[in-house]
Amino acid sequence: MRQTFAIGIGGAAGQGVATPGDIFAKIFSRRGLHLNAYNAYQSIIRGGHTFLTIRTGQEKVTNMGDGLDLLIPLNQDAMNRHLGLLTAGAACIYNADTIKPGTAAEGVQLCPLPVSKLADISRNKVAQNTLALGSGLSMMGIGFQALESVLIEQFKKKGEAVVSENVGIARAGYDYATGSFKPFARPLAMTENRYAVLSGNTAMAMGGAAAGVKFYCAYPMSPSTGVLHWMAAHARKAGIMVRQVEDEIGVVNMAIGASHAGVRSMCATSGGGFALMSEGLGLSAMMETPVVVIDCQRAGPSTGVPTKTEQGDLWQMLGAAFGDYPRVIAAPLDIADCFKIVPEIFNIADRFQCPGIVLCDLLLSEGRLSVDPKDLDFNPPIDRGELITTADATSGSDGNGDYKRYKITQSGISPRAIPGVPGFTHTAASDEHDEDGVLISDEFTNPTKRRAMMEKRMRKVIGIAAAVPPPELRGPRDAEVTLIGWGSTQGVIEEACEILTEQGIPANQLQIRWLVPLHGDAILDILRSSRHTIIVENNYSGQFARYLRSETSYVPNGYIRKYDGEPFMPHHIVEAVKEQLTGNTKLSVPAHEVMV
Amino acid sequence: MATGLAAPKQLAVADFKGKVDPDWCPGCGDFGVLAAVEKALVELQIPNHQVVTISGIGCSSNFPGFINTYGMHTLHGRALAVATGVKLANHELTVIVTGGDGDGFGIGGNHFVHSMRRNVDVLYIVMDNQIYGLTTGQTSPTSRVGMKTKSMPFGNIESPVNPISLALACGATFIARGFSGEQKHLTELIKRGIQHKGFSFLDVFSPCVTYNHDNTYQWFRPRVKKLEDDPAHDPTNWVLAMEKSLLWGEEIPIGRFFERTDLPALHEAEPVLNEGALVHNGAKIPAEVSRAFIGELM
Repeated sequence: MRQTFAIGIGGAAGQGVATPGDIFAKIFSRRGLHLNAYNAYQSIIRGGHTFLTIRTGQEKVTNMGDGLDLLIPLNQDAMNRHLGLLTAGAACIYNADTIKPGTAAEGVQLCPLPVSKLADISRNKVAQNTLALGSGLSMMGIGFQALESVLIEQFKKKGEAVVSENVGIARAGYDYATGSFKPFARPLAMTENRYAVLSGNTAMAMGGAAAGVKFYCAYPMSPSTGVLHWMAAHARKAGIMVRQVEDEIGVVNMAIGASHAGVRSMCATSGGGFALMSEGLGLSAMMETPVVVIDCQRAGPSTGVPTKTEQGDLWQMLGAAFGDYPRVIAAPLDIADCFKIVPEIFNIADRFQCPGIVLCDLLLSEGRLSVDPKDLDFNPPIDRGELITTADATSGSDGNGDYKRYKITQSGISPRAIPGVPGFTHTAASDEHDEDGVLISDEFTNPTKRRAMMEKRMRKVIGIAAAVPPPELRGPRDAEVTLIGWGSTQGVIEEACEILTEQGIPANQLQIRWLVPLHGDAILDILRSSRHTIIVENNYSGQFARYLRSETSYVPNGYIRKYDGEPFMPHHIVEAVKEQLTGNTKLSVPAHEVMV
Repeated sequence: MATGLAAPKQLAVADFKGKVDPDWCPGCGDFGVLAAVEKALVELQIPNHQVVTISGIGCSSNFPGFINTYGMHTLHGRALAVATGVKLANHELTVIVTGGDGDGFGIGGNHFVHSMRRNVDVLYIVMDNQIYGLTTGQTSPTSRVGMKTKSMPFGNIESPVNPISLALACGATFIARGFSGEQKHLTELIKRGIQHKGFSFLDVFSPCVTYNHDNTYQWFRPRVKKLEDDPAHDPTNWVLAMEKSLLWGEEIPIGRFFERTDLPALHEAEPVLNEGALVHNGAKIPAEVSRAFIGELM
């Protein structure tokens, strides 16, 4: 078992759940600890209930975990919802003036803070939060200095008085806990490592900047808006043109326009916005102008549950826009991969002049993870493909107007000249066209030319497949059970495999990152030698299972699915695997016990 | 001085002829618009490769295929969005957007409104024939009340949009109306629209000889009156322009309704472009900048 420590902070939106969360995260990462943070929240600006889970430890922390070591409820509602989650050894720090604890399990330490005695609550509305922060860190065995320096950073813009007030309150909480509460059994470790803490949205935006994106546009839509926010805030330093557009139809077409003129262009949205973009994806494919679209999945259909996660957009991506065309779809495996995947998909989209889709989800987009700064490489390989940007380019034309934009080639790739280059004028068309771009769909309709152009475009699929590695099995080949997942479930499945193996059920994992191209043969080779296969995914109908079957005819032994808006926790998968190995069921739908 | 250099070639109309001849119906108003655009480019001596002609879908949207410039034939209603991306990626290019009334005021209405308030520096020419032609004759957003079409066989009961008033309300900085039957006048308007820094909207009466039997050349000719001939008209006066835009019937004004030059175009307002066009900026992010980005997260 991994040694981790998990904190849950619950309260109403606007009560300041985020700030103590950020401070804990900063202290842990500066202590050289890994962390994973997940915020369960609602589409509301004030009120409701939000519940932030921060889990930290010396080894990689890939998911929110199964339990809490410390609960900080900021109101009665949060106390009522979550106290029952605590088991022996855990503690709950709360404002004794306003919150009644209820009955806790045996061995749970209740830590009431006399808030009005420790701080002047008429001056500081969030005094209870700061007191709880101080108390918690004292009980974790972390010296006060760590908190003091973060508080100074946090409040220095507001002046010396605010800094000293907050440090004073934190100190009072820290000292009170030292005198009144029992410390946790294991003090938090410390290492020499230093990590960056970032969300998937920040990672994808930075990955875009690293990939050389010069044009980013979007329409705000949860949970993708964080990409826009990072881009907008850093645009001028990074030399990126960022535009907020009137709708997602405008977004994708504007991005295609910028890409056509020669710059790498990216946009992000969620399922509803993506639906509006789909005609534009077809335009990208037909004009052979690359564009990269990020889809941050949220629970659908329709407006759905805007603040909850799901892996429910796969078939929308597979079927986006009518007609057949080459496309690339990749699902990042964790937040570090959100960064890495963007330059990779740009290289493929540029080389093969087709749309690329990053299929992310709320869990990664808005979750936060500690990442080794070395993994945020701003010098990734850049391959713009066969792009003609100057008149002396050797391929294509002698400058006398015989350039064929859609030249029929063995690879299906035709050298792409950008507007402004003398001697290469041509029309890029959404109508079917001849090699030189002349429309053939109106009076010139010609079945021979249509077939040749269709086959030219579709030949790119062969090259794309060769450019993408097949997935690999993780863990022992001869395991009793093989868990198959895609994208964001990588971390939680990995931990479930570890727990199962410890409990005497050796398990391995096949995690899919490239959805298109899929490498069906390589997947079949792995799964044919697996003993019991279960596909784990965050949706109702088993979208990946159905896709895998359509591509390979493969049918697994069972399925674990979840579609309540919340992500999997390791025990959900562990218990479902055990249930299925008894042979009683092939489909498990774990219930989410945390009421958020 | 570089005396050895040959004088730059003088561009002629023939240099702008496209790879294929237009497939419009004989007599279509769009021929006149194509001819006027070619003449304007010749008179301004803008090299072919510096021009991008971008269209949506429809009869008039086949335009880019008939002229020798860089061209894009995009999606129905989306030309302005694509054109905005092109202009922002390379603002050195002259961007001309062409399309019809259905493309621009119907399916593309949202982009029309927002492109104008953004003041993106393109010339948008709408070949307004008050009918859907390529789909064989249905009511368009500018069809008059009562007009009988295949989609409204008992007569249109919806009020048409007034493109000039709409453009004024949305903040376009150059607003004009031309008539395909007035070549010289139209060519001048196109030249001014290209030269204007900011969003130039040019609505052109371009009669459909096949499906619109109401708004024909014969109908327009006695009605159109050039604003340039009206000494009382002042194109810097927005209120006056709005009043003129409401005139319709026995007298229909054509010409330059409104122009203001005091607002920056979108690409001029964004400091990211101070260093030059994005397309020429291939430099990677400097190491100290990327280090700072990561530093914010630690």
